[in-house]
Amino acid sequence: MVTVRLIGAGDGKPKREIRLPGWLPPYLQATPLALILGGFLLLPILMIIVVSFWDYDFAQMYPDFVSMNYVDTLGSWVTWKTYLNTLKFAAIVWLLTLVIGFWVAYFLAFHVRTAAMQMVLFLICTVPFMTSNIIRMISWIPVLGRNGLVNTALVKAGIVPQPIEWLLYSDFAVVLAMVHLYTLFMVTPIFNTLMRIDKSLIEAARDGGASGWQTLTNVIIPLAKPGMAIGTIFVVTLVMADFSTVQVMSGGQSASVALMMKNQMSLLQYPAAAANAAVLLVVVLLMVAAILRVVDIRKEL
Amino acid sequence: MHTEKRPREFYILAAFFTVFVLFLYGPMSAIFILSFQGPNGGLTFPMNGTSLHWFGNLFETQAVGDFGGAFQRSFTLSFMVMIVTVVVSLLAGLAFRRKFYGATALFYLAVASLVVPSIIISLGIGVLFQQLGFAPAWYTSGFGAHLTWTLPFGVLIMFAIFNRFSPSYEEAARDLGATSWQTFRFVVLPMILPSLIGVGLFGFTLSYDEFARTLMTAGTYNTLPLEIYGMTTNVTTPVLYALGTLTTLFSFIIIGSAVGIIVFINRRRGNA
Repeated sequence: MVTVRLIGAGDGKPKREIRLPGWLPPYLQATPLALILGGFLLLPILMIIVVSFWDYDFAQMYPDFVSMNYVDTLGSWVTWKTYLNTLKFAAIVWLLTLVIGFWVAYFLAFHVRTAAMQMVLFLICTVPFMTSNIIRMISWIPVLGRNGLVNTALVKAGIVPQPIEWLLYSDFAVVLAMVHLYTLFMVTPIFNTLMRIDKSLIEAARDGGASGWQTLTNVIIPLAKPGMAIGTIFVVTLVMADFSTVQVMSGGQSASVALMMKNQMSLLQYPAAAANAAVLLVVVLLMVAAILRVVDIRKEL
Repeated sequence: MHTEKRPREFYILAAFFTVFVLFLYGPMSAIFILSFQGPNGGLTFPMNGTSLHWFGNLFETQAVGDFGGAFQRSFTLSFMVMIVTVVVSLLAGLAFRRKFYGATALFYLAVASLVVPSIIISLGIGVLFQQLGFAPAWYTSGFGAHLTWTLPFGVLIMFAIFNRFSPSYEEAARDLGATSWQTFRFVVLPMILPSLIGVGLFGFTLSYDEFARTLMTAGTYNTLPLEIYGMTTNVTTPVLYALGTLTTLFSFIIIGSAVGIIVFINRRRGNA
């Protein structure tokens, strides 16, 4: 192998190896990650929990220990309705991305025959997800708007007498945009698990007399479950945290928990937003913990 | 299997896949076309003539805010995030190959960084900086906020790579007398280089497009996505589409060059 030959050719003079105690290197290597996540993830979350017990007025916050923010948050009918609305979005988007994501991944893994073609098609699916979310959101405006492409086409074809109003700035638009934004997070992990299924299992199923459908439901789908679980974690947490899609695509007519938080933040009601954040965090982490009972991520990578 | 006739299922799924790709790219191409709208054109079809008017409009600073400055900041920030993401993820990936105290906790911390809602991190870092008396800025608090988004992706990718990495190459190098640095530099690094470029691409694009975590952490000067986010509420001309077209083209160039480099490395390796 080329790499092996390079070792001798690489340097002229013999180098002395610096001897570290054998246990030390992994700690040194893990330190930067631990420091960054400690400083910019753990500490801020602790700060949020502290601040959620503080008092505040229109101008500033006062260090204190009051449960007022939680009482306000959990005691408000609006909060519960907003959670319900957010969970509704999460459920619908999850179901749609799961179904679409599975079939796309299944097509790529089992019906595309060459590895090169598989890579090209997978890349085609991936590229849009590396571009701006907001741009991809607003790109629906000329398509769904009152004078947009869909309405114009429908009216011209005589299917509807006048433009449909609920295409844009509605819950429908929110769900559509979220599916558009987040499906890849389902495709990639499912594709990954499908590619690791031993093809001889499928042949064995066929030799055993299973129909295509039986192979799918009894062999492929059970083996794809870990990928679905990881995709579910991505999609559910992204939808639960979303404020921009709901804001832009519903035109301010729908609400989500994160949007409620963002509005409190823009009114400088940080302790109220912090209490909201703490509740949302607990909800999201419980959901993720529930999914993690189904799958061990470390084994699936 | 290769000689078999395609089953009917194939055609149905191929059609489904095509619709999916159209669904992904259709709306994007709509704003791409509309950004060439004539000076009197609106936000929707039909085209009212074609012009570069809205692209020109973009570069008049008074028209839509500081687009050039925002782009510069976003580019610099993404570049910083990319470098740190690659280095820190690689180191962490190497660390996770061995057992160390706290490994599981650190791994789940990285996963947590991915699942904790962005806006919570944004709020937390914003309030933390405020209480510590630091002024938030895109290159300090914003930088850290972006790293909490890009690092978990980088770490998970490195984790996946080293899971599939056979230690026998390193053993062979060591048997031939290579030091551990030489083993890393001349054996491990060349083998994982394409994946590292992938991590870098992820780091760059995720940071370049990130705005939920930047919301409270950017300080006085906006990054490009924040600028665009602000525009969605108050700009009602195709200048928004022109900006969208430009940043999307920029993303395409970045993705294209990264993929090009990876293909080039793999091809050269194949010939060697």
